[in-house]
Amino acid sequence: MAEFSLPANSKIGKGKAHPAADGATNTRTFKVYRWNPDDGQNPRMDTYEVDMDECGPMVLDALGYIKNIIDPTLTYRRSCREGVCGSCSMNMNGVNGLACTTAIEDCKGTISITPLPHMEVIKDLVPDFKHFYAQYASIKPWMQTETPTPTGKERLQSKEEREKIDGYYECILCACCSTSCPSYWWNGDKYLGPAILLQAYRWLADSRDENTGERLDALEDPFRLYRCHTIMNCANACPKGLNPAKAIAEIKKMMLERQV
Amino acid sequence: MSDVNRPVSRPLSPHLQVYAWTPTMVVSTLHRLTGLALTSGTALLTWGLIALASGPESWSLFMSLASSLIGMVILIGFTWALFQHMMSGVRHLVMDTGAALKVDDSRKFAWFTFVGSFGLTALVWAAVLLG
Repeated sequence: MAEFSLPANSKIGKGKAHPAADGATNTRTFKVYRWNPDDGQNPRMDTYEVDMDECGPMVLDALGYIKNIIDPTLTYRRSCREGVCGSCSMNMNGVNGLACTTAIEDCKGTISITPLPHMEVIKDLVPDFKHFYAQYASIKPWMQTETPTPTGKERLQSKEEREKIDGYYECILCACCSTSCPSYWWNGDKYLGPAILLQAYRWLADSRDENTGERLDALEDPFRLYRCHTIMNCANACPKGLNPAKAIAEIKKMMLERQV
Repeated sequence: MSDVNRPVSRPLSPHLQVYAWTPTMVVSTLHRLTGLALTSGTALLTWGLIALASGPESWSLFMSLASSLIGMVILIGFTWALFQHMMSGVRHLVMDTGAALKVDDSRKFAWFTFVGSFGLTALVWAAVLLG
């Protein structure tokens, strides 16, 4: 049964306020989720006023400004700062996305930043991806073949065959989609979620993969695949503009087609 | 350094509490809620049928309750729930074919279910009350 409210240890309290430096005229306010595993306290929302004349245009720039100038204890993941690595995925003003590709000027009012939803928090904006990665491993995300490898060359693909994985191979596994999905919130222990199912389809659609039947067998389950109810938060959230809901619909169609 | 042996109960990050609602999320939630409402509404409908079968007295009691203000609110609500559930059911049918899954299309389709359900409810009740 789905738990709609947060457990007692997860209720969010009022945090500290960090006003802007004297003389700052062009400021934006950020409310950032904070939780420290070492102090035994509940999570809280700290408020930071950021001097926009000293800060870059993206939400990730603001987090960097906060960490470097205001409060070095703030913890978050980041790496490439250009939407390729998927490390800085988080919830900004109620929608999941990458902090590095989300412009501050596109966020209205006070910008509220929380970790990816319905995840165990390790510290501040860093959630635990252990379960997500285990689910990824469970779909065997590598090419499986029966036929011997052609001697002296790669396994070839026509242009048309290659186009079938467009919109799927680009996934960076940031988990913005999976953690935006209410079905994944309520049944994430068994439901694979949009990101992993999109990855599963990426291999089902690949003409070089020869294990389609077994892949489908592994997904044929009321929870693993069929918890998708086309709520569409996944496609709304994907920072790469991909459509996991479409991938899931295609898997469901493959399930039907192999029965007739 | 944190003590690695100390059990830490990690908090769950906020979900429903923070997530911004979209039309598609509303339609999906309403599909569940109207399904529940229709189940209890059907019990009331059964009561009406039993009342009809049991004779004029019980029927007139049912009708007086049904035509009271609360009765009317329930009846109109039941009609709307029926049409909303039907519209989102049709939406599911279409989406299961792989169509209307682009972000823009799915939003428009979500709005269309609201227009349809409220429109059909208005039509039915206009026919009942004015006919």
